[in-house]
Amino acid sequence: MMHARLAEATLAHRTAREPFVQLQEVTHTYGRLSRTVTALQETNLRIYEGDFVALVGPSGCGKSTILKLITGLISASSGYVLVAGREIGAEPVRVGMAFQNPTMLPWLSLRDNVMLPLKIVPPFRQQYRRKRKGEYRDRVEALLAQVGLAGFSDKYPWQLSGGMLQRASLCRALIHEPQLLMLDEPFGALDQFTREELWGVMQNLWLSRKPTVVLVTHDLKEAAYLANRICVMQARPGRIIDDNEVPFARPRSVAMTYEPNFVALTQRLRELIVAASPAQEATS
Amino acid sequence: MKNQLRRRAYSIALIVGFFLFWEFACVAFGIKDIVLPRPSQIVITLIDRLPAIWPHAVQTLYTTMVGFALGIFFGVLIGVVIGSSGLAYDTAYPLLVGFSSIPKVAVVPIFVLWFGAGTVPAVLTAMILCIFPIVVNVATGLATTEPELEDVMRALKASKLDILVNVGLPRAMPYFFASLKVAITQAFVGTVIAETVASNRGIGNLMMIASSNFDVPLVFAGLLILAALGVALYLIFSFIESRVTGWTRRTDEFAVG
Repeated sequence: MMHARLAEATLAHRTAREPFVQLQEVTHTYGRLSRTVTALQETNLRIYEGDFVALVGPSGCGKSTILKLITGLISASSGYVLVAGREIGAEPVRVGMAFQNPTMLPWLSLRDNVMLPLKIVPPFRQQYRRKRKGEYRDRVEALLAQVGLAGFSDKYPWQLSGGMLQRASLCRALIHEPQLLMLDEPFGALDQFTREELWGVMQNLWLSRKPTVVLVTHDLKEAAYLANRICVMQARPGRIIDDNEVPFARPRSVAMTYEPNFVALTQRLRELIVAASPAQEATS
Repeated sequence: MKNQLRRRAYSIALIVGFFLFWEFACVAFGIKDIVLPRPSQIVITLIDRLPAIWPHAVQTLYTTMVGFALGIFFGVLIGVVIGSSGLAYDTAYPLLVGFSSIPKVAVVPIFVLWFGAGTVPAVLTAMILCIFPIVVNVATGLATTEPELEDVMRALKASKLDILVNVGLPRAMPYFFASLKVAITQAFVGTVIAETVASNRGIGNLMMIASSNFDVPLVFAGLLILAALGVALYLIFSFIESRVTGWTRRTDEFAVG
């Protein structure tokens, strides 16, 4: 009951506001002339400030394409992508992004890697020279400590495990206090236990800062654990076929993922995805 | 560690053995000095006539370093321009290959024609010999930067210059330093060629004059000096390389892979 009311309240709150991220009839095709692949077809999506949205679906359904469109790494073939009411590139919104690979720069220490956004992104970059040995450094240390990496900031990427690097990658995505956080399967390459631990880390980071998050994942449990809202996509052509609230109370725990209503949710998502990808039905 | 020591011992033994074999072969087969002097003779000549050889060695070293410095400057400049865009890379590469395949000895007379005999053609020859490895390596280093690393920067809305300074150039550093080791030996070759053809100073010139006087031990003493200078500079740049780009040796578990 409690959950349902909570969901209703957030929904009501939401409709009163402008969406923070908005995709309007967005189509994106890769390749050119005769050899094109439609990754995304006439997709509409509204994401509200402070929300945590997960995109799930079969491979090739355009999940990552949506992330890249919102981040501005690629631009839409047609339709509009608006962030904070403006078109991509014009918006004064700070964006953080974490990828499936940690993509740490191997010649920099963990501290300098995490500090990179402060060197690049305004308004931090203007004060970078002055503050990098003081305020910024403390900030990096504090954030690293929050994800369990205290004392590792002088290490280089090759000295750390995949899980540690992925934690650091989350820190790098968050250090410049982005209003918008894009996570492209950030836990995909990790083992089960590390992944579940990092879900907790991610949840705490979100609860303490409340950025707007878009998470792309293959892992339905992960989506249901972390997100407030799950969009299910189908492949070829990619589009959103289902959009659901996740009613569970926060903070969520790994134990919760074994409760009947949680299992029921992931089960339903799974069926939707299997139905949306006929080619893979036989094997899965 | 033990293995490494053993390898080092082997390589020292090979060097010592080479010179011992040379020495004994000369004695055993009664080879004349004018054909092939013994190593001990060469060293004695070198020590005896060091005051006369020294200014030439300094001249050669000076010419090489100036040519090398110019080569680094222009090499990095051209390398960055070519490597920073795919279009520039594809456009300029054929011309670059064309230029680099010209035998550089052939251009010395042209430099002499333009600038007269002396230090300037030697510096220029050293420069053009060492510039190509630098250009090609810097350009390759930049052009092969992992797109994932660039995406990290692009997601932060970094400018092209930011990406170049923070990702491209550090990423190209190992390539650059690897090219310096090749380039410095090339610069030496260039200097000596030019000195031999058109100069009145430098080791190249010294060896030319010595050989026309049939002073063969002095010719070999010149060679020894060149080898020593070359090895010394190679070691210096290897050392700098290992200090600056130590991270590349640990990239087996490179974060991107």
